[in-house]
Amino acid sequence: MSTTTRTLVVVTAGLSQPSSTRLLADRLAAASADALLEAGQETRVEVVELREHAHAIMDAMLTGFASGDLAEVLEKVTGADGLILVSPLFTTTYSGLFKSFVDIVDPDSLSAMPVLLGATGGTQRHSLALDYSMRPLLTYLRTQVVPTAVFAATDDWASQDEALQRRVARAGRELAEAVAARPAPRGSDDPFGDTPDFAGLLGGA
Amino acid sequence: MQFGIFSVSDVTTDPTTGRTPDDTERVRSMLTIAQHADAAGLDVFATGEHHNPPFVASSPTTLLGYLAGVTRNITLSTATTLITTNDPVRLAEEYAMLQVVSGGRMDLMMGRGNTGPVYPWFGQDIRNGIPLAVENYALLRRLWTEDVVDWEGRFRTPLQGFTSTPRPLDGVPPFVWHGSIRSPEIAEQAAYYGDGFLHNNIFWPMHHTKQMVRFYRQRYEHHGHGRADQAIVGLGGQVFVRKNSQDAVREFRPYFDVAPVYGHGPSLEDFSAQTPLTVGSPQQVIDRYGAFVDDVGYYQRQMFLIDHAGLPLKTALEQIDLLAEEIVPELRRIVEAKRPADDVPLNPPTHAERVAAASAAGATHVGDGFDDVTGTRAEEVAR
Repeated sequence: MSTTTRTLVVVTAGLSQPSSTRLLADRLAAASADALLEAGQETRVEVVELREHAHAIMDAMLTGFASGDLAEVLEKVTGADGLILVSPLFTTTYSGLFKSFVDIVDPDSLSAMPVLLGATGGTQRHSLALDYSMRPLLTYLRTQVVPTAVFAATDDWASQDEALQRRVARAGRELAEAVAARPAPRGSDDPFGDTPDFAGLLGGA
Repeated sequence: MQFGIFSVSDVTTDPTTGRTPDDTERVRSMLTIAQHADAAGLDVFATGEHHNPPFVASSPTTLLGYLAGVTRNITLSTATTLITTNDPVRLAEEYAMLQVVSGGRMDLMMGRGNTGPVYPWFGQDIRNGIPLAVENYALLRRLWTEDVVDWEGRFRTPLQGFTSTPRPLDGVPPFVWHGSIRSPEIAEQAAYYGDGFLHNNIFWPMHHTKQMVRFYRQRYEHHGHGRADQAIVGLGGQVFVRKNSQDAVREFRPYFDVAPVYGHGPSLEDFSAQTPLTVGSPQQVIDRYGAFVDDVGYYQRQMFLIDHAGLPLKTALEQIDLLAEEIVPELRRIVEAKRPADDVPLNPPTHAERVAAASAAGATHVGDGFDDVTGTRAEEVAR
């Protein structure tokens, strides 16, 4: 198992470029990859900027299917060994773009997925939004959200006491532990593998 | 291969004129469209079933029964018949009646319906969609294949000594398709009974359709009805055609942009690339639809949606003429040349072919109760 390369997929919902949300996402990814390397696991990190898929996400909500690049993104996300999800906080909660993306993910496809949450906002007064809005969303999807979620306010980027970096490192270790504890990625790509035989369906009717 | 049209019966304002037909006009336009398709030589007309506005097709067998009397050759079908919210006893009676009235010139397609509020209006719950489809269809088959039925299930009143009349024409029930977009359980159901499977892929990318059809074919073979390539498959489709491609795009775009379901979403160009929607010249339709066989294997029925989104009746009739004259003959030649073997069915089974098959299996007597495909009794199958 130690020789397997693990895949961390980073989903960032920042809208501006450059974005502090992306900055936080990159730090969380680096900390998680470092911690996995310490545990003897190579890691591949793939970053998804939702801004690039904003129109496709809305189209998928309207048509019921994701196409092209967005379909590939969804496959990447559901096939990851661990997810790092980072959203800016808008009007008390995660951004609409972030929620729209979550809404088009098959709700059963993320069960038991290790997830690290991050958020950015103007002031620290919003930091609990991570725990009262973002965490329940991912709990509903039956993901395994690590205990530390990282909030970065504008002030954090100018702080001298490295508090943000300590939180990032701790969160990265927690995600690494959850990912390392997971069995190696499952190989089956049969989308209908779970379909019951019809005799079973009849019996259950 | 059969080529036909299906209507979802939507009453939609024509966005280019602001005019909205009333329900009566819409029903009559469906009758005109079906008769025109018959006269033009298309193979199938199918009506949807809906119990909520803006749709008018609430009573398919009334519509199809009339059409049976005023058309000559076209096969009358449904797209879809709600196997979840209709009482299977009423379905057995109504569609056996339609079969007798039409002289067997009909089949039907089962579907669950995806509008949550419709279920409680008929005493059901959408969360039971799959179990309802399974139980109701198992009962429907018994009502058609057994003269006297004792039955007890989860979703309706038990039956003791019940006989559904009229008995099916020549003792052979109508051919049944099962339609589903996303639920492999329904493909499994179609495969289990050796029925047809229609993937109405009009809003879906081909890679998804391909997976569902492959699954149905594998399961059809698994359940012993024949080889995977002999399974009976149908696809949906959506086209808007003019002699010149640019004219088709210019005329259809205002309808596309505000259409129910996909309007206000992806562009016409993106949606055309992602789904079977083809807006262009007859040759573009021939090229596109002539290649679907390469994705799903040779299939037996191709349906087109041509009368939705507020398109005027005159336009729908022109689309039928373009299909019948400029597209279907050439498309049929192309796809039938790709049929892999003579024992792969050219078309879905007709009533006469089903009677002959049942006769060969010694099961034409009304009430024999033998499944003409598997040769087993329905009650054994259902157990």
